[in-house]
Amino acid sequence: MSNALDPHAAIVTEAGGLDPGGPLRTADGQPLTRALARSSRRARRRAFLLVLPLLLFVLLTFLLPIGQMLQRSVKNDGFSANMPQLSAWFHEHPRGTEPDDAAWAALAADLTAAAEARSIGLVGTRVNYDMPGTRSLFTSAGRKARGGIEPPYREAILAMDEKWGDPKLWSVMREASSAYTSNFYLAALDRTRDDDGNITMAPEQQQIYVKLFQRTFWLSLIITFTTFLLGFPIAHLLATLPMRKSNLLMILVLLPFWTSLLVRTTAWMVLLQQQGVVNDILVWLGLIGNDQRLQMIFNQTGTIIAMTHILLPFMILPLYSVMRTINPSYVRAARSLGATSWTAFRRIYFPQTLPGLGAGALLVFILAVGYYITPALVGGSSGQLISNLIAMHMTQTLNWSMAAALAALLLGGVLLLYWVYDRLVGIDNLKLG
Amino acid sequence: MKRMLILTSALVASASVAQAQDKQVNLLSWGGAYGNSHVQAYAKPFEAKTGIKVTVADADNPATPLKAQVEAGNVTTDVASVEYADAVRLCDEGLLETIDPAILAPAPDGAAAADDFIEGAVTDCFVGTDVYSMILAYDDSKFTDAKPAGPADFFDTAKFPGKRTMRKGAKFNLEYALLADGVAPDKVYEVLGTPEGVDQAFAKLDTIKNNVIWWEAGAQPPQLLADGEVSMAFAFNGRIFDAAQKEGKPFKIVWDGQIYEMEGWVIPKGAPHLEAAKEFVTFSTSPEPQARAAEFISYGPPRKSAAALVGNVEGTEVAMGPNLPTFADNMAGALASNLDFWVDHDAELQERFNAWLAAN
Repeated sequence: MSNALDPHAAIVTEAGGLDPGGPLRTADGQPLTRALARSSRRARRRAFLLVLPLLLFVLLTFLLPIGQMLQRSVKNDGFSANMPQLSAWFHEHPRGTEPDDAAWAALAADLTAAAEARSIGLVGTRVNYDMPGTRSLFTSAGRKARGGIEPPYREAILAMDEKWGDPKLWSVMREASSAYTSNFYLAALDRTRDDDGNITMAPEQQQIYVKLFQRTFWLSLIITFTTFLLGFPIAHLLATLPMRKSNLLMILVLLPFWTSLLVRTTAWMVLLQQQGVVNDILVWLGLIGNDQRLQMIFNQTGTIIAMTHILLPFMILPLYSVMRTINPSYVRAARSLGATSWTAFRRIYFPQTLPGLGAGALLVFILAVGYYITPALVGGSSGQLISNLIAMHMTQTLNWSMAAALAALLLGGVLLLYWVYDRLVGIDNLKLG
Repeated sequence: MKRMLILTSALVASASVAQAQDKQVNLLSWGGAYGNSHVQAYAKPFEAKTGIKVTVADADNPATPLKAQVEAGNVTTDVASVEYADAVRLCDEGLLETIDPAILAPAPDGAAAADDFIEGAVTDCFVGTDVYSMILAYDDSKFTDAKPAGPADFFDTAKFPGKRTMRKGAKFNLEYALLADGVAPDKVYEVLGTPEGVDQAFAKLDTIKNNVIWWEAGAQPPQLLADGEVSMAFAFNGRIFDAAQKEGKPFKIVWDGQIYEMEGWVIPKGAPHLEAAKEFVTFSTSPEPQARAAEFISYGPPRKSAAALVGNVEGTEVAMGPNLPTFADNMAGALASNLDFWVDHDAELQERFNAWLAAN
């Protein structure tokens, strides 16, 4: 290391007048560079210890549960863990092998064991995901198998139900015999596997997820844009009004922010429904007839209106904090140099608000993509978002693997957009306040 | 991975574990008027009789936290109230304790409990506490001449104009569509088991699709009826009865074509107070508490001997009996929801329903 390049070293050299040939040393005779490195290392360690509790907290309560949940999207050992012998048979014999006596014997042994362990439902649930209508096949076989199955196994099992001979069932069981599967992601993209294991599109009347992903991103974009249209003038007003008035206005912005989400959503239902306030006023004014009342809620319009209102503060606050720091003399200078007010706004003022706009837009968009309660209540059939289906799989069908796959895709989509944003605008150009 | 889950939940739950005592029952219920009936008719009398404390917690659907608790190995619930379908599923997945029918109290006339419960009310892991149903409800003031009388009228927007509200889901709606299309109740699940039957049900739903507002929370249908947003609702009978009874709304119930289902107790595997939990199940499924619960909410007791004991609606002079789904006259034309069918086809039909809903 060259001492000449180190400014500290240079100062010490001049001040102390030490021997310029040897390495610089501290008062107790250690090389200066080593002492400096050690003290900075100590400072770093202390800083790390200070954030350690937070790090552990985030790790335990946030990253770990999310990681576990996402793992479910590729891992479901409901079949493989409870049907070990049949799973082993599948691993030894390639696809296309007809089930032989050993396979039927393995099936019989596994069914009996699973029935006794009361895990037959897990097996049936797993197979039912890929082939609807088979869950009861397993549970009823389990009930019959509790006393044990007598050889010949093939005939005994087929006597329980002919469906056991269905080649599709064996194909699906082969798929399920591995704990790790991509089937949930395929299903989340409206795709499925045919009997030979090739990927095909799901039947048309079952296709929904891709459409809902598109709708979710599209509606979120619209909502982000409307919050920008409404929020920009308000933020500007807040930033330029005298303190007393702007404080009052600020409370008006924050008041709904502090009100319960459910209350605000229900208030919109009261306002917008067909027998609601807005329609009543329109009818009273004679703008529409009593039988032409507008359908403004329980559809996409309702979702957009209610979500725009609920997410508006997330756009206004970052914009406001950035606008307050903009020096008004720049615009005045532009005007004095002959710019029209529009040009001054477009070329001087607006570019300076971009960090706040970026932050607000990103906040609103990401919140909107995962929104759940509001679309569930006011969305009707056309205003549903992907989060409503995730909730359905979490609480109704209890297919947590499917919910995890959908959530992972949503997370991936948001991260992708975040990356694109970083590329186009730059994430360090973001200002939250 | 399981150990990690235990670790995280143990951190959160360590406080409650420390307090665990032998003589208490942690009951997980639904809240609202229904949860209140559990508190008033089961929990309080049980405490008074045995001195065992009952702690009641609420969940949107107790089956979901129950599954999470057992899978994480951190069970805090002793008894939970779940829907029949969830009980079947959880039982098959081995997440529930089995309940020996021998612990159930006999009927007052000495008949064995097994004979006193209606069919299907007692299974390996489940004891029924009440029967609820989906019914057609209408606003009496909206129809001055002819009144809706059955499923077919619900789908007849020419004769009975106005919007409808239905539950956002496949279950109940597909059966109701088939009933309205003239399928006999005992044939409904046979038809729905075929692809053509499913198409037929969706085709029938298609005829009113543009006139339906879909509800998600049970409190919505009475609200939509009261606001005049809809003229008819396909909703849970208890909610409609509550609104008509307590708030004096002009809502009428059509029992023809009702689809009924059961709710009841389950005990999760690893319940911290197993013995007390069983004691609670025995007490709360005996005829008197069952009849008492029906006075708080219009869900019928699944025990035949309890029906005669049901008195007036709590705090009024109105007899509750005729307002219960299990009342003999109301059972004509009724359909028992087939759980085996739904356990098999829930996910498939639910997805098709969602796709149908999303296609405009």
